[in-house]
Order: sequence, then C-alpha cells, then structure tokens
Amino acid sequence: MFAACADPKAIEGLTWTLCYLTSGKHIDFYWSFVTVLTLLALTAPLALAMGFLGASAARSRVFPLRLLGKSYAALVRGVPDIVFFLFFVIALDQGIEYLKSLAVCEGGEWPWQGLEFRVCTEAKVPLGAASAAWHQAYGFGLAVFTFAFVFGAFAANVLFGAMNAVPNPQLETAEAYGMSQPQVFRRILVPQMCCCSCWG
Amino acid sequence: MKRLLLATALIAVSGAAFAQDVVRLGTEGAYPPFNFINDAGEVAGFERDVGDELCKRAELTCEWVTNEWDSIIPNLQSGNYDVIIAGMSITDERDEVIDFSQNYFPPAASAFVATAADADLGGVVSAQVSTIQAGYVAESGATLLEFATPDETIAAVRNGEAAAVFADKDFLAPIVAESGGELMFVGEDVQLGGGVGLGLRESDTELKAKFDAAIQSMKDDGSLNALIEKHFGPETAKF
Repeated sequence: MFAACADPKAIEGLTWTLCYLTSGKHIDFYWSFVTVLTLLALTAPLALAMGFLGASAARSRVFPLRLLGKSYAALVRGVPDIVFFLFFVIALDQGIEYLKSLAVCEGGEWPWQGLEFRVCTEAKVPLGAASAAWHQAYGFGLAVFTFAFVFGAFAANVLFGAMNAVPNPQLETAEAYGMSQPQVFRRILVPQMCCCSCWG
Repeated sequence: MKRLLLATALIAVSGAAFAQDVVRLGTEGAYPPFNFINDAGEVAGFERDVGDELCKRAELTCEWVTNEWDSIIPNLQSGNYDVIIAGMSITDERDEVIDFSQNYFPPAASAFVATAADADLGGVVSAQVSTIQAGYVAESGATLLEFATPDETIAAVRNGEAAAVFADKDFLAPIVAESGGELMFVGEDVQLGGGVGLGLRESDTELKAKFDAAIQSMKDDGSLNALIEKHFGPETAKF
C-alpha cells in the first residue's frame, strides 16, 4: 500500500508491522468486517419491520392474511438456515432474472431447462458486462433481503407473542371509548406490546 | 407506467450494446497453488495464469469471480458465472451435471498426510467436502471427516481431530515441505479422476469448443507445461 513497503527485505520493526497490517490481504480482511457490520446495520431494522408486518398479519381478522402471517413465521423458522443461505439466494436471483426476462427477452423460452437456468444475456442481473462493484452490490442486496426474510420470521414470532400478551380488556376498553380498529392498533396495542417484546 | 417500461427498454438496449462477450470465470480462491488470493487481494496462482492465457487465445474478455466451493456448481448452472476454473477434477458424477473441457492439468496423484508414519488410514480421515478425495475416503471404509475449506482439513490433522488428510498431492507437497517435519506423507499415492478441466454449462457448447481449442494450442506449443512447472515445480507430471 505504501511506497516504503515495496521491498520486504529493507523494512523492519514498526515499519514492517505497519506494512504487514496494510497488505492487500489485510485490507480485504478489514473490509469483510465492514461488510458484515453494514449488513447487520441494514438487516436489523428491516428484519424488525418484516417481523412487525408478519405479526400484524398473523393477528389480522382477515383469514388469508392471518394464514399468511402465521405460515410465514412457522415455515421460515422450520426450514434449516443452510437451505436459505445456500439455495434461497440462488432461487431469489433466478426469480428476479426470470421477471426481467419477461420484459426484455424475445422468444420467451422457459428458462429452467433441466438443471440449468437460462435467460438471454440482456436479462442477467446485473448484466454480465457490468463492473464487479455492481455484482457485489447486487449480491449484498440479495443477502440483506434473505437475512431480513429469515430473521423477520423469528422477530414475527416474538412480536406475535408480545401482541398476544397485551391484556384484552385494554383493547376492549379502547373500543368502548370509540376508537376504530386502526386506532386501537396504533395507540394501544403497539405501545403496550413494545414493553413485552423488549425481553424477546 | 409507460415511461417506466420505456426506461427499462432503454437500459436493456444500452446494456446489450455494451455486452461484448464477457466470460466470467468462477474460482474458489483458497486452493494454492491452483488458485488463491494474493497479497494484493487478487485471484492468483496457476489457474489465474492459465485462465488469462486461454482467454487471450480464444479472444474473449474475461473477468474473475470467487465463489464458495460448496455452491460452485449450482451457481454455474444458475448463470452467475460461465466457467468453473477451480482445480476441479473431471469425474463421471460431475460430468452428468456439467460439461468439462479437455484437461489443462494431467491426472494427478492424491496422497495421505499425517503427523506420524504409523497413522491409521482406516480410522478418521479428513477431506474437503464434495471432492473426489472425499468420495474415495467414504468408499474406502475409513471414517470421513469433511470440511468446507482445504485449510481446515490440514488443521484437523494438526490438532489430532483426524488421523490423516487425503487431498491432491500437489496441494499437500508445499505444506509438508514447510511443516518442518511435523507432517509427512504416509501410505501409497492414489490416482483419481481424469485430470483438472474447466467446468461449463452443458448448453454452452460454443464456449466449450473455444476453450478446448485454446487449451490444445497451449498444450501444443508447450506453454501449458511451462506454467505447470512454474507453479508446481519440475517434478510434477506434465503433458
């Protein structure tokens, strides 16, 4: 990295240590920490949001929505993580490229041929000729989504439990005061739920 | 909505105009001297040199990508890169799911390495997951201990978790030499696989033909042998 580091034989002591710690490999090593922390910083609020949506859906009065919320939490928590982090990412990528291929490809061939996934080169995300940075950003985006999706299910389970822990009479009282369902949800359920879910 | 469609179409068209043949080469980056990440943080090693030369001869624009070994075949089939160049031995099982070019590294010996000469090769033997060596150990009746990376298979022997490690001899040789007597080859060498080749999608016959021709031309003018000698030393088997 530094000009003084060019000749390894000529350096020693502190300079050597400095050169060693700033070699390309170490820089990569530091970057991997930054990547993981950034991933965490982006994923945590997203997972919480997914969990909140899932938990709210699981308590919904509309049956399909309730089914969706409950099966999201149950299914995703039940599937081994390795399946998600090895194959869900690939499936997600293929899904995105399939949707893009519907818009940009001619011919409209079914892309899943045997074991292979084939779409025209224009439908690749990002395009094959795009710079490495785009490929990395795209991979990072897929990772953020996958993490949020998986941990969202766990968060949904916790938040669902917390919502159920709010005493029903409180909600009924709110209704008796004339609040609408959304108002009860916003003003009573969510604030009351928060103190229960902290423990989770 | 209309504007959105138009914009998408424009991006697609401009993308197509840029898209000259970029061939993405997928490697592991953790298997020296075949492929590894050098001090500058770039892919290096025997396969870097071979890959760059092949692309030059086949007149392709190539780009290097690293991918975990575990999912290196699914990602090829999914189209995330076009070629696997990761010290992958040509075997019948792999040939059923992907295609191989002709080999650019001759069939090489695999060997056992242990900390003692009397190590029990029928006991616990470590190998990297999804390698021909792992398959061989599983069939030999020994207890197979699999690891995701080659480094871990060596570490397992050093800390006594496994009696021996079974891997490519060319990968083990420098490690044994640098261990200062701690590690040694034990037992007989075993010949496995049909050499190392490029892995390609079965539908990519055109690309395969280009690489086959390029490998043949490197074999014919001796430049491939020169690269093998440069990275593996003069004693390694050559074409």
